[in-house]
Amino acid sequence: MNKQRLKAKIIKYFLQSCGSLSIIIVLLIFLFLFKEAFPFIGSPGIGELFHNIWNPVSFQKEEFGLFPLITGSVLVTILATVIAIPFGIIGAVYISEVASAKEREFLKPFIEILAGIPSVVLGFFGLIVIAPLIKDLFGLNTGLTALTGAVLLAFMAIPTIMSISEDAIKSVPAAYKEASLALGASKLETIWKVVVPAALSGIVASVMLGMGRVVGETMTVMMVTGNAPVISMNPFTSVRTMTATIAAEMGEVTIGSEHYMALFWVGIVLMLMTFSLNLISYRVLKKYGMIDK
Amino acid sequence: MNSKRTGEKVIYWVMRGITYLVVVFIAYILIDILVHGLPAISWEFITGDPEKSGAEGGIFPAILGTLFLVIGTIVVALPLGMFSAVYLTEYAKQSKFTQTIRMAIVTLAGVPSIVFGLFGLGLFVVALDFGASILAGSLTLACMILPTIIVASEEALKSVPKYMREGSLALGATKWETIYKNVLPYALPGMLTGAILGIGRAAGETAPILLTAAAFFLPELPSSVYDQVMALPYHLYILATQHPEAQKILPMQYGTALVLLFLVIGLNFVAIILRIKVRKKYKW
Repeated sequence: MNKQRLKAKIIKYFLQSCGSLSIIIVLLIFLFLFKEAFPFIGSPGIGELFHNIWNPVSFQKEEFGLFPLITGSVLVTILATVIAIPFGIIGAVYISEVASAKEREFLKPFIEILAGIPSVVLGFFGLIVIAPLIKDLFGLNTGLTALTGAVLLAFMAIPTIMSISEDAIKSVPAAYKEASLALGASKLETIWKVVVPAALSGIVASVMLGMGRVVGETMTVMMVTGNAPVISMNPFTSVRTMTATIAAEMGEVTIGSEHYMALFWVGIVLMLMTFSLNLISYRVLKKYGMIDK
Repeated sequence: MNSKRTGEKVIYWVMRGITYLVVVFIAYILIDILVHGLPAISWEFITGDPEKSGAEGGIFPAILGTLFLVIGTIVVALPLGMFSAVYLTEYAKQSKFTQTIRMAIVTLAGVPSIVFGLFGLGLFVVALDFGASILAGSLTLACMILPTIIVASEEALKSVPKYMREGSLALGATKWETIYKNVLPYALPGMLTGAILGIGRAAGETAPILLTAAAFFLPELPSSVYDQVMALPYHLYILATQHPEAQKILPMQYGTALVLLFLVIGLNFVAIILRIKVRKKYKW
């Protein structure tokens, strides 16, 4: 009997340690980002990161200013979010409130395909099809702009926004709708004035999760935004995001060099940005009972 | 009243139009890659080695490399994810510790793939000195898909009704016997769905393996887990952006894109079919 108890205990502890693995990995991620980035603080000094020029390979003076990379990421993210919001939210409302059951059965899995397309394939498509289109449409010298990246990333964020917004809309109590309809409001009025406002916090959370996905996207932006590290808020210029910088430059650096450490600082900034976006949306979704407590 | 009705109808049509615009976009991507990629696909393309730095020949080493990476990933991530889910659904109580685990899973799911790459580089490639290798790449990808597998496995476990557990416990089975013999077998297909989705994601990712495993061209196939590999997504990236004659070798690029897309969407498709079948088979 005692042996059996011991066995049960061992099993429990084994499973528990597997369960805590996620915590350990998250801690290790933070630990290793800081560990690799840390010596930068001594030399050349953390102040080097707060500059307006990113020019890590230079014969005169290397510059590790993060601002152009941050503005690049912010510009692409904001543009992509602005493009994705109407599609994501209106799509979610349409699928959950307007579409017939048959339509829904087709639409939902089909739009989920979009989430499954590898980012490198989307980037390739952007490079071959979308970039020339944007170049001709706006009469630009190059189609590799912040806008091109934003259009493609918007389509990456749409499935996230749609599916979570849809859950939020579905979780609105039927009584709200019935009350509104009983008071004489039409179906459309009920949707936009009762259902959507009631689901708003979930919808906002879905947008933030979508943004988190966009900020962290690497391959697509690297392939289509032109990769020029300049500070600009003009959607028609080439920009270089934080993710693309890491991916493009890490292959050529010496491990342990200043440039190597600076790229880990880029990673830290990126991690903190996505972490806070996810944390806030997680809190919101949890508050409304859309995530297990 | 009537003009209001017409107005509403117009708005419904606008909403429908916006939704279907997304559908059209997806269809356009799929069709474009299918139409341009199909002519490039041949037996030689699938089974041959790349020649003239990818401008001619096939992509066999890249397919094989992706396969190795995916197998390594799933061997690590599937058992860990499953056990983790068993703990969360069957053992964990409402506590700060459990909440922290859930928080960590959500965080992990939101970590950008390139940050996983940095992490894998710092831990597996440099600190543990695996070098850029199948081992380092697989472990990095395993960390990345762990949340997918945990969440899907949890759902599968939760869908097994309580009375299945109670019946077994009432007959005197221990908790683990109950889970092992009366819960896991019924949850397994659902867990596999999650595993397949995870595989699909791992196969398509480029950024993590860029820093931990991939090489554009290798003269020989890898012979151990400590070797670098070629991989489909990385191959496509290089052909499309770094190749000196990128414009001329479009068919090669489209062909690679199609194979990758087929692999990833095919896996997703299998997962969806499996999910539907499971739902039909076990109606509690």
